[in-house]
Amino acid sequence: MKFSSFFLLLAVLAFLPAASAADIIGVVTFKGTPPPEKEITPLMDNADCAAMYKATPTTHFYVVGPNGELADVVVSLKDVTGKSTGASAPPVVVDQKGCVYTPTILAVQTGQKIIVKNSDTCVHNVHCKPTVDGNQESNDVQMPGGADLTYSFPKPEPFLKFQCDVHPWMFAWVTVVDSPYFCVSDKDGKFVIKNVPPGKYTVEAAHRKLGSQTQEVEVKDSDVTVNFPAFEVK
Amino acid sequence: MSINSQTKTNPWLFRFAVLTASVTFLLIGLGGLVTSHGAGMSVPDWPNTYGYNMFAFPISKWVGGIFYEHTHRLLATAVGLLTTILAVWLWLKDSRTWMHWLGIAAFLGVVAQGILGGLRVTLHMDSLGVFHATVAQLFFILVCAIALFTSRFWTGLNTGAKNFFVPHGLRTLVLATTLLIFVQLIIAATIRHQHAGLAISDFPLAYGKIWPDTSADAVASYNAHRVSVTEESPITAFQIELQMAHRVVALAIFILVAACAWQACRRLGGKDSLAKLAIFWLALIFAQVALGAVTIWTNKAADVTTAHVMVGALSLVTGALWCLIGFGRSASALPDAQTFGVFGVQTSMMANK
Repeated sequence: MKFSSFFLLLAVLAFLPAASAADIIGVVTFKGTPPPEKEITPLMDNADCAAMYKATPTTHFYVVGPNGELADVVVSLKDVTGKSTGASAPPVVVDQKGCVYTPTILAVQTGQKIIVKNSDTCVHNVHCKPTVDGNQESNDVQMPGGADLTYSFPKPEPFLKFQCDVHPWMFAWVTVVDSPYFCVSDKDGKFVIKNVPPGKYTVEAAHRKLGSQTQEVEVKDSDVTVNFPAFEVK
Repeated sequence: MSINSQTKTNPWLFRFAVLTASVTFLLIGLGGLVTSHGAGMSVPDWPNTYGYNMFAFPISKWVGGIFYEHTHRLLATAVGLLTTILAVWLWLKDSRTWMHWLGIAAFLGVVAQGILGGLRVTLHMDSLGVFHATVAQLFFILVCAIALFTSRFWTGLNTGAKNFFVPHGLRTLVLATTLLIFVQLIIAATIRHQHAGLAISDFPLAYGKIWPDTSADAVASYNAHRVSVTEESPITAFQIELQMAHRVVALAIFILVAACAWQACRRLGGKDSLAKLAIFWLALIFAQVALGAVTIWTNKAADVTTAHVMVGALSLVTGALWCLIGFGRSASALPDAQTFGVFGVQTSMMANK
């Protein structure tokens, strides 16, 4: 009897933090008119790549919805480090399809695997160019139908660049975070950072072109909404 | 004894040296295309190419950035071969000992340059690209100098021209200007190998001002407005200042080369070969300034940018050859030149074997 009570208590204690964790939610917006995107004309000059398109694709630096909803903003808890569960987290997949990276903006934890696929019929080189000491630069060949490539980075770094030098318009930007508390805003500008333990935090929203901004929040036992001022091009 | 009586040039050696210099010039252009297209790392391995022996790499795979990088490597190999033959030829057939060592220096230079290019790829070091670009310019000067020294023009430098002696002040001015062009090319190589695109997108103003605002807010704003297909990394205040330094030095070079041309015409006479070379030099600088402007106005179009690189190399080598001729001519005009000479103009340029 005593024995089972002890295990019951342990189970309750183990689930207590999870039960009291909450989500940080919000919508990121953009004010004004973003600079016009450009057609990726060199892509159409390349027979292998052009075959996959009817119209010339464009850059997508600013993915803005009809009401200013801003996608591709990395939202994370600033200064929360050493909490990464990346080693056991499921890998994130980046595909090379139509001679572009999909997705182009993503975030992972330190130590989390990034699997890069080549769904194209042409060769790519996957060249990752970190700028933080401890994260290793590499440049690998990936033939069409070749084996997936796997990367991971031990140090946090904002917008670490992946590029293909064979097709110099191909880029992906990976933000590496040292905790599981982050997300990337979707096409509706929405973000959800799940299961944040109670406490006071600085939430940072970072856009690759528009810079970053922060908000202070306190998480208790229910979801918290964070309202960032609208991003704008000054 | 007259120099001409001692000297017999080997026209085929001279032609071969000119060929080597010409192919080197093309190689600089192709290297410029590699960087302009951001293709320097498109072949991740070296000395192999995608696991193939470089010479067996199938032409069907020469696509995208690989085309520029692979052809650059092949042409570099051709320059290596030409330089090796040139060095051996000089060693065997030129009687001037210092020319033997110049040939050896060219051979070592081309080997070092090849290794630098390879290490830039395998070590993933952009900074090595700056050295690679700089050594390319020095090597180009070296093979052009060899071509000059093997020419009939060089061996017959003191054949009775009037105003043969080149004033010290003029020589110093041209030398200083040439060194400034070399500094300018290092600045340019540093700009190009940071792969940051255009740090300043307008010309002749810079972000609408004579001197741009480089505060953190201003740089953030510049980056927010930059939309480029090749999606370069964000620019920094340092890169903007480096671009401004490039513009300021360009203005200084333009003024100095104009002064050189004017002084050369005034001191040597308009028909003198060095005066003509100085005018040609000024024309090159005119073209170079125009190409620099068009580079910005076309948002670094690869062909225009590469032409800018090539005319830059020509400008440097023109100044360097002017100095060699000017100093060589003056040395052979000195009373004791029969004894000492410079660069073998007077005393040691014996007949080619």
